[in-house]
Amino acid sequence: MLQVKNISASYQQRPVLEGISFQVEDGEFLGIIGPNGAGKTTLLKIMTGVKSPLTGEVMLDGKKMSSLCRKEIAMIMAVVPQSSFIPPLFTVEDVVLMGRYPHQKSRFVTTEEDIKAVEEAMQKTNTSNFRQRPVNELSGGERQEVIIARALAQEPKILLLDEPTASLDIKHQMRILGLVRTLVKENGITAIMVIHDLNLAARFCDRLILLHNQKIYAQGVIKEVLTSQNLKEAYEVETMVEYNDFIGALQVVVK
Amino acid sequence: MGNKPKRYLLVLGILLVGLIATCLISIMIGPVFIHPLLIIKIWAYKLSGGLIQPIWSNIQETIVVDIRTPRVILSMLVGMGLSIAGAAMQGLFRNPMAEPYILGMSSGAAVGAALAIVLGAGNVFGELSIPAMAFIGATTTIFVVYNIARTDGRVPTETLLLAGIAVGFFLHAVVSFLKIIASHETLRDVVLWLMGSFALSTWADVRMVILPILLGIGVLYFLCRELNALQFGEETALHLGIEVETVKRILLIASALVTAVAVSVSGIIGFVGLIIPHVVRLIIGHGHHILLPASALSGGIFLVLCDTLARIVTQPSEVPIGIITAAIGAPYFVYLLRRRKKAISWW
Ligand SMILES: Nc1ncnc2c1ncn2[C@@H]1O[C@H](COP(=O)(O)OP(=O)(O)OP(=O)(O)O)[C@@H](O)[C@H]1O
Ligand SMILES: [Mg+2]
Repeated sequence: MLQVKNISASYQQRPVLEGISFQVEDGEFLGIIGPNGAGKTTLLKIMTGVKSPLTGEVMLDGKKMSSLCRKEIAMIMAVVPQSSFIPPLFTVEDVVLMGRYPHQKSRFVTTEEDIKAVEEAMQKTNTSNFRQRPVNELSGGERQEVIIARALAQEPKILLLDEPTASLDIKHQMRILGLVRTLVKENGITAIMVIHDLNLAARFCDRLILLHNQKIYAQGVIKEVLTSQNLKEAYEVETMVEYNDFIGALQVVVK
Repeated sequence: MGNKPKRYLLVLGILLVGLIATCLISIMIGPVFIHPLLIIKIWAYKLSGGLIQPIWSNIQETIVVDIRTPRVILSMLVGMGLSIAGAAMQGLFRNPMAEPYILGMSSGAAVGAALAIVLGAGNVFGELSIPAMAFIGATTTIFVVYNIARTDGRVPTETLLLAGIAVGFFLHAVVSFLKIIASHETLRDVVLWLMGSFALSTWADVRMVILPILLGIGVLYFLCRELNALQFGEETALHLGIEVETVKRILLIASALVTAVAVSVSGIIGFVGLIIPHVVRLIIGHGHHILLPASALSGGIFLVLCDTLARIVTQPSEVPIGIITAAIGAPYFVYLLRRRKKAISWW
């Protein structure tokens, strides 16, 4: 369980987030939406401990995040950043194996357990076919799958994703969000995802948080958050939100 | 995973054999040629405490034991240290141009040495005043650079490189100033020291550097997994569970130690820390678990060879080794740059 308690944050005295509080239950898929510059990435950085908040605390399983060391955090939480820099010549296998870092007790030995976790992560993400290929030579979508595989090799309880579908085609968008959804529902992982595409958010997430004006403007289940009124207030556009039978989810149409 | 570890052990084995062979050849060569078997016998005699009947002259023994061996070992250690420190810094800053010199460490060492030579600073260290002052100069510099670059408890790579270059310029000016106020003889000493040389190596030098250099190499190798993860950026490294700031600090201190100690006995020898890791990356591999040890061994081979050349090309006088490494290193570096020109962002 992850609790965000009364978080405020600023960059050089300019406030970006104010009094953010929410809670994510185990096995829940939470989407964070909001206009550009609303502070979504900042919030994610605070939740991963990369940036420290001005006030407030993030609690991981009841423990203050600021009291945990990086290794302890990494054993609970894995992160798929929006765009990761990929150095050349690291193979898919090398990269996925790096996810084992927080679990490895000896620095020079790869255990059976590590290999098992790596294989499983590659299987789930369909990346075992190109395990020997250098990651920098893969397509954007394939790379994203490798980064997700690395996160899975960490065997996290919580998975954080920052716009994981931003550069993907519709097939890969569906595949990757479908994978996250499966992990949440079948493996009990908690997923928190920043996403711009409201329709994808409506389809895959259980609950949404809408950030606007440094605050949580709305939160709750999809139909509570995705209302024409909320969207008009936050994004300044006219929208129509209706249930689409074909996909079985709410759909936002922008005027 | 897979069969990589085996391949790596093989590569390291080959390099180790090459290093030993290079050392032996270097001890053979000189104004007096000494047969390799004789070298081995003399050392067997020395190490076993006189079990073998000596069948060689005192001069031969002195040349092998007191003159050439310490020199070869010293150049080997310095080559290993400079190369692995270069490889580690390039990995840390994710910049193929990074190396101890760019961070101003060698300029710091030069200021320390010049102060010792010109003004007699560091008298308390007696005979060791020059290396001791160089060491103090290099270590002080890296901490000054590191602290200038520090903002909000973090050290962004760009700031660190810029701070290193700026401080390096300043220190360079200090050395120039010291040269101007130096007397004729001390000026010559400063210039020779700056060019670097193993001509006067003794066992005392070896004893002084061997522990810190091996310790530094050990620490750097110990952090090879962290270096690999850092290639993906500091945030990713944090997400993977690495205490990035601590790791960076340890890497800096270990590299500073190795470089300062190396520079303090040999003067400024350029290009080793830049060239060797490049070649190793091209030929052997990118991962730091192989890059670091292979760079150390290759750097040892390279500097022993360069020092041998320095001894023999203009016999009986010597060429400063810094000239040899620059003569080999600079063209190679230009070649690398041109080959990689299309993709400067290859890192
Ligand atoms: N490193 C930084 N220094 C100063 N200001 C920053 C920094 N990073 C973000 N900001 C500012 O903080 C605010 C929130 O940024 P953040 O990146 O969290 O927004 P976001 O919701 O992720 O936006 P987007 O949807 O465009 O990714 C913005 O106004 C941005 O300009
Ligand atoms: Mg963002």
